[in-house]
Amino acid sequence: MGSTLAEAASLLAHLDPEVLAIVWLSFQVSLSAVLLGALVGLPLGAWIAVAEFPGRAAVTVLLNGMMGVPPVVLGVIVYLGLSRSGPLGHLGLLYTPTAMVIAQTLLVAPLIAALARQTVEDAWRDYRTELTALGFNRRQAVGTLLYDCRYSLVVAVLAGVGRAMSEVGAVMIVGGNIDGFTRVMTTAIALETAKGDLPLSIALGLVLISVVITLNALAYGLRQWAMRRYG
Amino acid sequence: MFPIRLERLDFTPDGRTVLAGLDLTLDGEGITLVIGPNGAGKSVLLRMLAGLERPDAGRIAWNGGKAPAERIAMVFQHPLLLRTTVANNAALGLKPLGLPRAEAHRRAGEVLDRVGLAHRAQDSARHLSGGERQRLALARAWAVRPRLLLLDEPTAALDPTATEAVEAIIREIRTDGAKVMMTTHNLGQAMRLADDIVFIDGGRVREHSPSARFFSRPQSQEARLFIRGELPWRIAFPD
Repeated sequence: MGSTLAEAASLLAHLDPEVLAIVWLSFQVSLSAVLLGALVGLPLGAWIAVAEFPGRAAVTVLLNGMMGVPPVVLGVIVYLGLSRSGPLGHLGLLYTPTAMVIAQTLLVAPLIAALARQTVEDAWRDYRTELTALGFNRRQAVGTLLYDCRYSLVVAVLAGVGRAMSEVGAVMIVGGNIDGFTRVMTTAIALETAKGDLPLSIALGLVLISVVITLNALAYGLRQWAMRRYG
Repeated sequence: MFPIRLERLDFTPDGRTVLAGLDLTLDGEGITLVIGPNGAGKSVLLRMLAGLERPDAGRIAWNGGKAPAERIAMVFQHPLLLRTTVANNAALGLKPLGLPRAEAHRRAGEVLDRVGLAHRAQDSARHLSGGERQRLALARAWAVRPRLLLLDEPTAALDPTATEAVEAIIREIRTDGAKVMMTTHNLGQAMRLADDIVFIDGGRVREHSPSARFFSRPQSQEARLFIRGELPWRIAFPD
């Protein structure tokens, strides 16, 4: 066990090219997915929070339910869509990083939207009278509430980062875990552990944990700063 | 826009009577103070003029036309301020008007200067004191250059010094050409500020007269008792 840990530490200390390539691809895929998920999820969640339409409660329940969709199920759905006989098969995206981004975007967008809806809905309850008296329409209210809740919404986006970086099922199915092309931290850990190559698994696991803790520390610091600055 | 005629307004949310056939005519000048006991319908009256509530019966006629929403502003007892600077909060009401950003900030700077908050323009609005917050809320309303300014107990939570500052701003806004309509429980404030008084009780206007006459020769028994601080028809203590 001691030698395994020492080997893992050595891989990290020497900036092993294989480890770096896997980490770099993981960041590219997951952060792209979170960026796209936030671009869709934040305005969608805020819109549902302030809009009044028939079936709003059902949409809210559906959105909340989608937060818990198993990545592997979503991976299968995206696989069916991108496979050669699927509706998007002609694009030839299966087993590419783009397919992984699509799968992870579909995974994190509902999560970000559901968390944004809750945050913005609470703010809307407080601001509704005042913004209405100022003449704001719903679209203007959405923009203003997203801006006002920006520091709380960082948590929603971070939750998206956490979900994207830590999931393995969806990227395994649509990416195929191809060495040097679609292999990311989680799929590499699963594969290398199965093969018995524990040092690489542990090294990647340490990177993954460090990333999650660092992001949470940054979010905590940002919120503390915002509370002091803006109240 | 003026005169505004409120005709036989009824408002009964959840079966509870708040307004019961309220009639009132407002001209376009001066400061009108709306007074009356708690639950009389004062705030609801202002909210209806702001378009925040709809009457169950009756109508509001804006000199024959429709309510010009962009010329009406309202300030509440506890104004909500966004988590941003004082200057951005002052410019908030200009967003729906679609003014260019530079013009909005010029106007916001102008009103902040007039309410004595120009030196705090880049501070966080949520770090202001209660009196400063209310001055900022007035600046935000003033920036839209309202023709009708509605104030719902704007000084209820303020100390005398902050109240005096707010009253001075309200007078300036009136001088600037806005009709001001305000609710208060402070009869001293009503005497200081009002050009005319609307006394409401039980969801109806019991008296509407010039301020001096209202306080020296109230016409209704309810108004006389209210001015003397006697409200026997409302209070029922348990044995």
